[in-house]
Amino acid sequence: MNFRKYLVLAGVTVFAVAGDSMLSHGMKQVGAISLHHLQGVLFAVANPWVGLGILFLLAFFATYMTALSWADLTYVMPATALGYVLLALVARFVLHEHISPLRWLGIVLITSGVGFVAGGPALTEHPLGEAAKLGDKTRAAAAASGVEL
Amino acid sequence: MKEFYTWSAIVAIVFASVVGDVLLSHAMKQVGDVGALRRRAGFAHVAARTLSNPNFLFAIISMAAAFFSLLFALSWGDVSLVAPAAASLTFIANAVAAKIFLHEKVDRRRWIAASLVAAGVALLAG
Repeated sequence: MNFRKYLVLAGVTVFAVAGDSMLSHGMKQVGAISLHHLQGVLFAVANPWVGLGILFLLAFFATYMTALSWADLTYVMPATALGYVLLALVARFVLHEHISPLRWLGIVLITSGVGFVAGGPALTEHPLGEAAKLGDKTRAAAAASGVEL
Repeated sequence: MKEFYTWSAIVAIVFASVVGDVLLSHAMKQVGDVGALRRRAGFAHVAARTLSNPNFLFAIISMAAAFFSLLFALSWGDVSLVAPAAASLTFIANAVAAKIFLHEKVDRRRWIAASLVAAGVALLAG
């Protein structure tokens, strides 16, 4: 794990929160879409907030995929949960909404969970045989030749 | 009856998201470190290598299924039940699936983390 990789993980969190918030803001401007007229969704994309939200969610997915290419799923998952914390903090300090004690407890739980995972290794090192079994020839070959990918 | 529908949809969301996450994680491990790969072979190579990975395509299909299950769940149940229930159950199920199918070393540290995060998400989103 180096600085660049922590930056990617931060991107996972921030892009998800920004995308969701913009999408939510845009969809409230668009108004309720009836389940019987789902094509109304197509017009929603014309709303700038919805369009921007989709762009940010694409950025989220790109960073999420990047993170999964060098870290375990159980390592990246808690990083996505940090988004809930960020969202609550934005609601409290930017939007000045009230946060109940139960929600503060939720923030503490998620943050400590992320702290737990971040203290451990990011990737399970599979021995050579395991890498070959997973069908990852590049990694197996690299392991065999002693090159670090 | 409506409650049964809602919980069935929640189970469907959790199942589809876990399948999607596990497949995506597996696909990206097969692709390899995309940062290093991009510096070595260029972005087009990374994109082609990812998009042509069958596991990646199945992952996208599963995630789409999860999204539509979410739409159904929201049409039957309250968002204050569906969102936290689906999110926190997905965290636990993902940890189990990652251990079984991805052979990740889910040690006590990661179990505790997954449980704390799941509980926290349930409290925050509830």
